[in-house]
Amino acid sequence: MSAVIEKAPVITLEEAARLIWREAELLDRHQYKPWLKLWTAGGLYIIPADVAAVDYAEVLNIAYDDGPMREMRVKRLLSGFSMSSAPPARTVRTLSRFVEGEAAGAQAIALRAAMIIVEYKYDRTRVLAADVDYRIVREAGELRIDRKVVTFINADDFLHGIGYLL
Amino acid sequence: MGVVSENAGARDFGSLVLEDRVHTSLYTDPQIFEVEVDRIFKSTWVWVAHESEVPGPNTFRSSWVGTQPVIVTRDKADKIHVLLNRCRHRASSVCEKKQGKTSVFVCPYHGWSYDMNGALRKVPYADGYAEDFDKSRFGLVSLRTESYNGMIFATFNDDIMPLADYLGPARKWIDLFMKQGAGFGVTTLGEHKFRFPGNWKIQLENTTDSYHFPIVHKTFLDSLDTETENLMDLIGSGGWVEDLGNGHSVAVMMPDLIDLEENLDAPIPERFADLAAELAAEGRDDLDVRRIVRAVGGGGFNLNMFPNIACSMAFFRVLRPIAVNETEIRHVAIGMKGGPAAANRMRMRLHEHFQGPMGFGTPDDAEGWERVQRGAQAGDDVYIMLNRGVAAPEGGPEPGHNAGDASSEVGMRAAYQMWKRMMTA
Repeated sequence: MSAVIEKAPVITLEEAARLIWREAELLDRHQYKPWLKLWTAGGLYIIPADVAAVDYAEVLNIAYDDGPMREMRVKRLLSGFSMSSAPPARTVRTLSRFVEGEAAGAQAIALRAAMIIVEYKYDRTRVLAADVDYRIVREAGELRIDRKVVTFINADDFLHGIGYLL
Repeated sequence: MGVVSENAGARDFGSLVLEDRVHTSLYTDPQIFEVEVDRIFKSTWVWVAHESEVPGPNTFRSSWVGTQPVIVTRDKADKIHVLLNRCRHRASSVCEKKQGKTSVFVCPYHGWSYDMNGALRKVPYADGYAEDFDKSRFGLVSLRTESYNGMIFATFNDDIMPLADYLGPARKWIDLFMKQGAGFGVTTLGEHKFRFPGNWKIQLENTTDSYHFPIVHKTFLDSLDTETENLMDLIGSGGWVEDLGNGHSVAVMMPDLIDLEENLDAPIPERFADLAAELAAEGRDDLDVRRIVRAVGGGGFNLNMFPNIACSMAFFRVLRPIAVNETEIRHVAIGMKGGPAAANRMRMRLHEHFQGPMGFGTPDDAEGWERVQRGAQAGDDVYIMLNRGVAAPEGGPEPGHNAGDASSEVGMRAAYQMWKRMMTA
């Protein structure tokens, strides 16, 4: 072990929140290509179907996306050939109630946030609520999403088709 | 329900279903829905669960028969029951968990307790009842229940034919479908549940509709490797649609994948190469690897059983009518019971790829069905057309069965003729 302790620049809650809000804005505007660039190469985007799940790889989820799946998902949503996303519902989302968790390393921060999405399409407005767990890391000076788990409060009950990204 | 509005029962529903079309009111008329619940969902075999969802003694899962909530239980003697989920005292539901293990259901209101076979076990402060209070008369209401190859059905109709007869030629296809267990047996691996604002029969039709696939699911097909995309040419692969009687039908989309125990010497598809290598590294012999990999890919047909269940390529598709314009769908993932973890993981990832509220397929289906319901508000005397179809390929369907080509609407016509028989009986 080196005698010199490297002083890592800690990721502050404010920095992380700024990234999360930027992400939310991109998603509400359907700016999915720039959204892809917010991720680390190995990042996982998970929408559980089971609110109690721990090891998501071993259970059925609503989405379990690695990088290639995220790319394909974005391609699909932007293609114009998916009727549920052409046009997509309009959305407005807010994320708040940030709670810091145990980060795995000094170059990372773990956060849990509350997310409320209101979506509108075809004469109706729906409200969705979820806990969102983030792992955000600093890579080459930039903050990146390394893991995002969106757990709807009703993940194990019925949902409706969702033609946009969470 | 059970009691339908005055006048509703006397209506002539038969005239709404012609050979090649049905009247739009079948999607939109609340009175028709009310009668359907009574004459269809309360009168025939309705699928409630797969046996793996009640895996051992004293296990249960909640379900529905039509609009009525039930609990599917396996009692301590291993017998399966389907019980109405209401206390016999003052109607409180006795179980609000989706699935679990227990030896007793206790009503939270006044504490009546029931065994897993539905028998009333105990009543608190029993001396407050008169001496002639007979506990044996107040068990949970138990429905007639029968299973076929792991699939549990229940019915309110004590006079209906045995389940095996009701399924008839569909049994052969259930047996073929269960080959996805690859010798391990089939188990459920979780489910997606979603609703769409539309009539239940729109979903019933869809299971036997290969015509929509290349149009609605273009973005799913575009996300596949070329080999798989070619495989998923559901209209052009020489399949067919076959009427199996009693409203059931099978839509064969990939004839090479009807029997998963055949063609085991075919080359392993590129998308399964890593899985095959992983299974081989576990010490499985070549034949086992091939059998498992072929099962992971799923079957090549949709078996549609009237009124609420389909064995759909690689999962169970369950519909539940909520209202004339609201339907709930469950896509139940299946895998190999005690089979290789890597293979079941891949099954789940494949399921997530297409199915569920954010799959690459389901949201577009749901949107399409909603659009049908929206469009059906227009045109008082315009019909839903079900007249598509040319001859089935030689040697495909069972001789004597009504059948048509892969994108024909034979299966829908079969379902609506069953609907007509039941609604006019």
